Amino acid sequence: MCLGVPMQIKAIDDLMAVCEIDGVRREASLMMLDDVKIGDYVLIHAGFAIEKIDEAEAQLTLEALRDALEMGLFPE
Amino acid sequence: MKHQQEYRDPSLARAQLQAIHQTVVDYDHTITLMEVCGTHTMAIYQHGIRGLLPENIQLISGPGCPVCVTPVAYVDRAIALSRRPATIIATFGDMVRVPGSTSSLQQEQARGARVEIVYSSLDAVALAAVHPDQTVVFLGVGFETTAPTVAGALLTAEQKGLENFFVLCAHKTMPAAMAALVSDPELAVDGYLCPAHVSTIIGTEAYQPLAETYRVPCVVTGFEPLDILQGVLMLTRQVVAGQARVENQYRRVVKPIGNPKARQILDRVFEPCDANWRGIGSLPESGLQLRTAYARFDAARQLPVTVEPPVVQSGCLCGEILKGKARPDDCSLFQTTCTPEDPVGACMVSSEGTCAAAYKYGR
Amino acid sequence: MKSEIILLGHGSGGKLSHDLLEHLVLPLLSDRPADNQNDAAVLPPLCGRLALTTDSYVVDPVVFPGGNIGDLAIHGTINDLAMSGARPVAISVGLIIEEGLSVQTLRLILESMRSAADAAGVKIVTGDTKVVPRGKADKIFINTTGLGSIEHDLEITGSSARPGDRILINGTIGDHGMAVLSCREGLHLESPLATDSAPLHGLVALLIQAVGSDLHVLRDPTRGGVATTIKEIAQQSAVGVTLQETALPLHKTVAGACAILGLDPLFVANEGKLLAFVAPQAAERALAAMQNPPNGRHAAIIGEVTAVHAGKVQLATAIGGLRAIEMLAGEQLPRIC
Repeated sequence: MCLGVPMQIKAIDDLMAVCEIDGVRREASLMMLDDVKIGDYVLIHAGFAIEKIDEAEAQLTLEALRDALEMGLFPE
Repeated sequence: MKHQQEYRDPSLARAQLQAIHQTVVDYDHTITLMEVCGTHTMAIYQHGIRGLLPENIQLISGPGCPVCVTPVAYVDRAIALSRRPATIIATFGDMVRVPGSTSSLQQEQARGARVEIVYSSLDAVALAAVHPDQTVVFLGVGFETTAPTVAGALLTAEQKGLENFFVLCAHKTMPAAMAALVSDPELAVDGYLCPAHVSTIIGTEAYQPLAETYRVPCVVTGFEPLDILQGVLMLTRQVVAGQARVENQYRRVVKPIGNPKARQILDRVFEPCDANWRGIGSLPESGLQLRTAYARFDAARQLPVTVEPPVVQSGCLCGEILKGKARPDDCSLFQTTCTPEDPVGACMVSSEGTCAAAYKYGR
Repeated sequence: MKSEIILLGHGSGGKLSHDLLEHLVLPLLSDRPADNQNDAAVLPPLCGRLALTTDSYVVDPVVFPGGNIGDLAIHGTINDLAMSGARPVAISVGLIIEEGLSVQTLRLILESMRSAADAAGVKIVTGDTKVVPRGKADKIFINTTGLGSIEHDLEITGSSARPGDRILINGTIGDHGMAVLSCREGLHLESPLATDSAPLHGLVALLIQAVGSDLHVLRDPTRGGVATTIKEIAQQSAVGVTLQETALPLHKTVAGACAILGLDPLFVANEGKLLAFVAPQAAERALAAMQNPPNGRHAAIIGEVTAVHAGKVQLATAIGGLRAIEMLAGEQLPRIC
């Protein structure tokens, strides 16, 4: 019971946000989050934003993945 | 698709796989890693990950499908409720084809019951607001990712002063089940791939007691293929080094403390209780029930119905399969009597149940 | 037509029925005036083998982004004929209308059917109209039967796939199903998704011209999507198939909608797409033929037929793994797990 989709916040009206992924929009509740602003990426599950996506941490994860490639452990 | 596509890169995947193979190149034992989330079960099959791992790393599925561990009696009660006059059953799609003792919600719909699939419990609340003459019962199934959303829906229903909205609650919580599994002497779990979105709510700290008490490594892992491969690598490294720490692969979303606000919303509406896990039995403090303050929304208490005595077919190995002790192939009913079109146990009918996944993707 | 809604009387054969036919149905669908209609359409002789197909359309909602049940029916029947390698010649239309349907909606549907038929160069030659009481039909059900002429002697059948064949598709997958699903009221999605409903007989003619007898199988992946259709062909031809996940053309908005609802685009319906199984030496020519028409820029080779594992279909995943493709028990339902 864990399907979550990263979506971007396009508009906020009180505790509801309009979120978008590649042109598809859906409303989601922001009641579980603080300090959310337009442009943020959030994880949407069953119509609720359950967490913000941390861009810096995402970068670190991708870098670690790319490092493994560059370490020549596997020739291209 | 930002925050998704990047985690499907084939060359990065090959690098992770090479690193995994490298880690066990001189390791003589089998490493058994268990995932406890139906979304992981599905993702592992959908991307064909098992076949890419070294032979001595076994990925097994635990009771990670909340639909699968929901007792037959719950489905029977939902069916009985659907037969009430002027009643709408609002549910996630996952529950619609689950077999009860003699019927399913889909079959009841064919017989005239009103069953509405909703994407969000808030949509069920909206349905109740728009149809004041109908009783709307929402089926609250799911682990800690979903339970706070249902709590949020109940707070909304309370705010709106709705008197025709009810929840039939079967929510369960993960850590108790994981502890029960890892302390089972028949099961040799060397490490846990911890569920990404449950962990978003409960935090990586929630697994600390498990790792310490049972000396088993736990890695919170996302659902994209690169997440799963990186999670497997992190677990494998710990097992080979004899470590038992909690690590976080899914750092872009999961925090050590999880989401306290979501937990507050959950705690306002629900309280822990003992729960019956289909195939496992009763586990203490592993379920959620509505607090007394919200009893008026509890379908089980407010809408009495006659529920037929539960019928469980013999030969069904769902129990052993849910505990990771047996594979679908071990069950004599698998693919013969029990198929997705004609499921016997919930492991087959839920789209992310171990047997359904094996049937659809693994043959 | 005085009434704004369809009444039971409009189907009873009396004056109201004549009114409906004379002022709405016939002028829109037929070239012949109301006083020159016969019980059957008489057509000039056709050369070549005959192809006959019938389909009933019950889609809900009847009007969806980019189309409606009417042009869907015309395109669907044209495509069934085209998949047998036939040139569509004539179509019959059977309407079962629920009492209470708005005349405006009916007009829209009939106009679309006429436009679709005209654009494809096919005539609607005969039909039937019935009205049933409220609740006995879901707004409107349409049956279309199509007659086509096969003017070559190629054998294009589901059992003709051979090891080595390449599998081609003329564009993106899952567009129609997601467009219809995304406007289902209960799901509250907003999107620019639209159906891909389109006639394919022109494309089929180009393919036949380009590769002739190297074209072994043609089928349109409607209900059940690309996965189900390929599985059916693999079983019929007793061959194995390997598809390449990275080769599947997928519009990112369709991918986004599928991600939200937990659906697999491989199993979502298409209405303007065809799968062609082509001998390997002809694959590039077939692809070039597909890429020419206006909607062909996403045409692609998505897999191939193997001699092993007869009847089995597998997907080579983006990360290099393998996944089996099986038929689903029923339609996909939105899920949150």
